[in-house]
Amino acid sequence: MSAVEATAEPVQPAESVQSVPRNGWLVVAAKEFADHLLSVRFFVLLLVLGLAAGIPLFLAAEQIRSLASQVSGAQAVFLALFIIGPQDVSIFGLDVSVQGFIALAAPLLGIAFAFDAINGERAQGTLPRLVAQPIHRDDVINGKFVASLAAITLVLLAVVLLISGFGLLRLGIVPQWAEVLRLILWFALTVVYVALWLAFGLLISVLVRRAATAALVGFGIWMLIAMFGRFIANLLLAAIAPVSTSAPIDQTLGTYQLHEFVLRLLPTTLYSEASSVLLNPSLTQTSVPATIGQLSQAQQQVPTLLSLDQSVLLVWPQFVVLVALSVICFAIAYVRFMREEVRA
Amino acid sequence: MSPEAPIATVGLTKRYGELTAVDNLDLELRHGEIFGLLGQNGAGKTTTILMLLGLTEPSGGTARVIGLDPARDALRVKRQVGYLPDSVGFYGDLTGRQNLRYTARLNGLRGPEAEATIGNVLDQVGLLDRADTPTETYSRGMLQRLGIADALVKDPEILILDEPTAAIDPIGVVEILKLLRQLVRERGVTILLSSHLLTQVQSVCDRVGIFAAGRLIGLGTVPELAAQFGNDTGRVEVSFEGERAAGAADRIGPTLAGLEHVESIEAGDGPADPWTLVVRPASAGREVREAVLAAAAREGLGLTAIRSTEASLDEIYRAALLQAGLHAGGREAAEPLEVSA
Repeated sequence: MSAVEATAEPVQPAESVQSVPRNGWLVVAAKEFADHLLSVRFFVLLLVLGLAAGIPLFLAAEQIRSLASQVSGAQAVFLALFIIGPQDVSIFGLDVSVQGFIALAAPLLGIAFAFDAINGERAQGTLPRLVAQPIHRDDVINGKFVASLAAITLVLLAVVLLISGFGLLRLGIVPQWAEVLRLILWFALTVVYVALWLAFGLLISVLVRRAATAALVGFGIWMLIAMFGRFIANLLLAAIAPVSTSAPIDQTLGTYQLHEFVLRLLPTTLYSEASSVLLNPSLTQTSVPATIGQLSQAQQQVPTLLSLDQSVLLVWPQFVVLVALSVICFAIAYVRFMREEVRA
Repeated sequence: MSPEAPIATVGLTKRYGELTAVDNLDLELRHGEIFGLLGQNGAGKTTTILMLLGLTEPSGGTARVIGLDPARDALRVKRQVGYLPDSVGFYGDLTGRQNLRYTARLNGLRGPEAEATIGNVLDQVGLLDRADTPTETYSRGMLQRLGIADALVKDPEILILDEPTAAIDPIGVVEILKLLRQLVRERGVTILLSSHLLTQVQSVCDRVGIFAAGRLIGLGTVPELAAQFGNDTGRVEVSFEGERAAGAADRIGPTLAGLEHVESIEAGDGPADPWTLVVRPASAGREVREAVLAAAAREGLGLTAIRSTEASLDEIYRAALLQAGLHAGGREAAEPLEVSA
């Protein structure tokens, strides 16, 4: 054993270098992942996502089946499993489709799996011990991020596969390749969205010393953005740039564009736009028309289905912004953690 | 500084803004010794330890741990140095063994060898029978011992223990100090420990450094320090039978005070505490003891105990602070950083 040799010959530290783990973050991630799988919150995650998948499917199965027989041979019936909810059911005015549920649950899960990542270690008194081990300090935060993301992704994947299986077996809908690809892309988008909220949760766990306070702050901000964000933005916009029916049409279009821009400052808007376009090939635009020409064009448009690459092109900006936001959140958390004093 | 020293610092300094937490520290440890870094809360002990582990950057000066600069080679230093932080914590839902396994993995140790090591260190700290219960059921003293086991898992050359005896009951303290001695004997580790409970660790340290306001104001063995800061005085403790009986104290006091070489006397605080005679010069201890015996026989006082003692570290500490122009206790308000630690 190298460490024993080093004890005998103390001035040759090179002997012990082999046993320093190269991938400290992997060790941290493995431990955190195992913790997650056994934790209460993992069961809550299973429950929440299970409901998110089960309720819409249960309620909308008949509808999807009839849809399938009507449009047999058309594209994207398989994806209807994810975007169609029961028409007569609405919870808090939200879309009760699988997609809508996951858009709602992803931020919650992200925060729930990260809000106590760093301050929890601090409170337990394990942080000084952890950083005194031969790993880089960022291994701690990286490992925790990866472990949480892996846990959520795992469940998310299981849910998506279950829904697909349900569609295949019970409803007899067979996906086409393009649909499978769309589903994979949508899944990647959702993982990025979860990563954004995870990074945000991590940031709070670095900034706020007490885990309970951190959870309150995290969920408070989530509510502000997800529940009231649109409402507040609309309220503000109504004050700053009201839409008036008497204004000329190009001016009205300009106002709409401003509204759209402001709403896109919210990550929830970005995700729901990108998610809808990826899952629904019949959506051909995410923006309101900017000119009268575009407006008339849109009115005259023949209903059509976008090919996959066109859909991706359409939501590429949203995707990039979501990635950028995740990176920014994580970077701030990272830098703050690296500068933090270790002592309790 | 000698390259062989397990820990050596030259002019090590840490400033937090205006505040100098560690001021120009020169320190050198020898192999296989227990060195006590003693001082009040806020004296800069923890800051020094964090710098030695590369967990905080020094503002000036250099440190060498096993010949490496901890600020640059933090990983290699941390691989060789076991650290027990102040008020150590563990993952409460994991067992003691699982906690140690995590530490072993973080040190690149796994497999049957690592398991054997974990079993050994648990045995050494006497926790083998509780190894497979969750650590949230452990007492403070058990956690402290698990912390020492945790520091030993990597088979370190150096152990750095921050306040290893704080918040432990007296019997636990004795056990831990005994364990430290045993570790030095069996593993040949060098131990640096910090404490603000001076008399507690006095017995276990080969050498101590007295730390105040970020500076080392005394360094050496306890007798050396006693000679340095004791103003050439010695101490003799004397106890009498039924001394608190009416009138006895009135006779004992003047009798003892009247003896040659006795500079002052002090009655014990409690009824069972001995009288303390301050002897000057320190070399006159034997004469004073004989004089006490003779006086006790002459006066018919029932002598029950008599012994020479070293000056306690508490007294040395106070004397050292006075000599250094610092006041005991005056530092706490000036350094809030560690008071909260």
